[in-house]
Amino acid sequence: MDDFYKEYILDHYRSPRNFGSLEAPTAVAEDLNPLCGDKIRFELLVEGGRVTDVRFSGRGCAISQASASMLSENLKGMKLEDVARLSKEAVLENVGIGISPARMKCATLGLKVAKSAALGEIAKWPDEESPGAGPST
Amino acid sequence: MLAELDLRATQLAQDFPILAQPTSRGKRLAFLDSAASSQKPQAVIDALVHYYTHDNANIHRGVYELAERATAAFEAAREKVARFVNAAEPAEIIWTRNTTEGINLVSFTWGLQNLGPGDVILTSKLEHHSNLVPWQLLAAKTGAGLRFIDVDENGLHVLDDLDAKLRGVKLVALSHVSNTLGTIAPLEVIVPAAHAAGAIVLVDGAQSVPHFPVDVRALDVDFLAASGHKMCGPTGIGFLYGKRALLEAMPPFLTGGDMIRSVAYEETSFNEIPWKFEAGTSNIADAVALGAAVEYLEAVGMGWVSEHERALTAYGLERLEPFVSRGLAIYGPKNRSDRSGIISFNFADIHAHDLATILDVEGVCVRAGHHCTMPLMEKMGWPATARASFYLYNTERDVDQLAEALEKAASIFRLPGA
Repeated sequence: MDDFYKEYILDHYRSPRNFGSLEAPTAVAEDLNPLCGDKIRFELLVEGGRVTDVRFSGRGCAISQASASMLSENLKGMKLEDVARLSKEAVLENVGIGISPARMKCATLGLKVAKSAALGEIAKWPDEESPGAGPST
Repeated sequence: MLAELDLRATQLAQDFPILAQPTSRGKRLAFLDSAASSQKPQAVIDALVHYYTHDNANIHRGVYELAERATAAFEAAREKVARFVNAAEPAEIIWTRNTTEGINLVSFTWGLQNLGPGDVILTSKLEHHSNLVPWQLLAAKTGAGLRFIDVDENGLHVLDDLDAKLRGVKLVALSHVSNTLGTIAPLEVIVPAAHAAGAIVLVDGAQSVPHFPVDVRALDVDFLAASGHKMCGPTGIGFLYGKRALLEAMPPFLTGGDMIRSVAYEETSFNEIPWKFEAGTSNIADAVALGAAVEYLEAVGMGWVSEHERALTAYGLERLEPFVSRGLAIYGPKNRSDRSGIISFNFADIHAHDLATILDVEGVCVRAGHHCTMPLMEKMGWPATARASFYLYNTERDVDQLAEALEKAASIFRLPGA
């Protein structure tokens, strides 16, 4: 249990990275976990198909906030398609703790919102090709 | 608290086999979430098994012995519940699945029949979603308005403007006890005022009927809904009390078998109350087991249950008090006579879900979240709270275990003084 809330989880919870909002975000999404009332909003600045800046805001438990904070650090520089393809497992690995089924939604809320922002932006693109496309891997 | 109350609770806890079961981490179970669902005594578990082993058959039609026995057990359970809440007669008790279904029954029958544009439904700002959402939908369907009795920062009903609030009101729908804050609604003030204003009163008794003596005739409420699973009974069974004259004037809710008197291809005449509202095969076994739960509670004594919970809540508030200087916030009525056995709280900057996770590891079960009262949480500015709730089987030891687990949470979250 003492391992469950590791120092870095508490650090991200109390000092979330990229917390706040962007002046002119390209893509925005927000959602809440109706079970516990956790809320998260992600704002992405997308240039040439890549995330060049990111902010998140919201409220919730240490797991949801730390998970979103760590995710926000990883998003910068990522291609939008890759954001849309991020897996739960990647985020859970990021959080680095055993998450019980009851808390899974907390840990993955940020991911769900970030992906939704990315997908919303991709849907606006005029054709299959992403701006500044290149190999995504 | 008084030693003899605690001793009796410790003895009663032995009637509940689940409480003897340690957690997967080997911790003693301190079950402090009875407001969500209570545990079941062996007598209730036995009643279920006995029914299926010895009496099971469909009711109200078979002429053979088993069917007669099942029917007798089913109707005897109704009589027990009627006696438990002091209804004038068993026919005023309608079986439902739970409190929510009882409230919806009234909304879809009495509500659709009696409300229209210009009428008003009055409820309060601390209601469970089950006593809010049905009225929002009913208002939308009928053109009636929806109005709210305000609550203050301690979760007490604001009654200064009650007469004005009651103007044009046809239905007052209130929780007897707030599941989030433990506030006991001042029904003794509101019910007579509502009746004087020409309104009927529906009470959500989910958090009162299990915890203190509730007398529907003394309260003079028109409807009262409750859930079996919060009062030592099984899930899937609850009841709605209604005054005979109202029930008789209401149209049926669900329709089909068992609720009819006679059916022709063109039209149907309906059965008498209560069966008019019980279409299809009822939840017979769980109704019978709820009857056993009521007998269990009567044997314990509802007066005792109430006294014990009051004492344990006082002890709980006393044990939590030292944490207040370290950031623990306790919500709800300050005056203990305004509060039932529910304590909602938050601890420093630890989110209620994280707190509940840490308490769980220590064997302490509490609820965390918005407790199905999202508008109240929004109004109070609490994203979530942790909630400990007590029942007849809880003891000082459970409360001590909660306090020790809070100490552990303080240490894990590196709070000052930990």
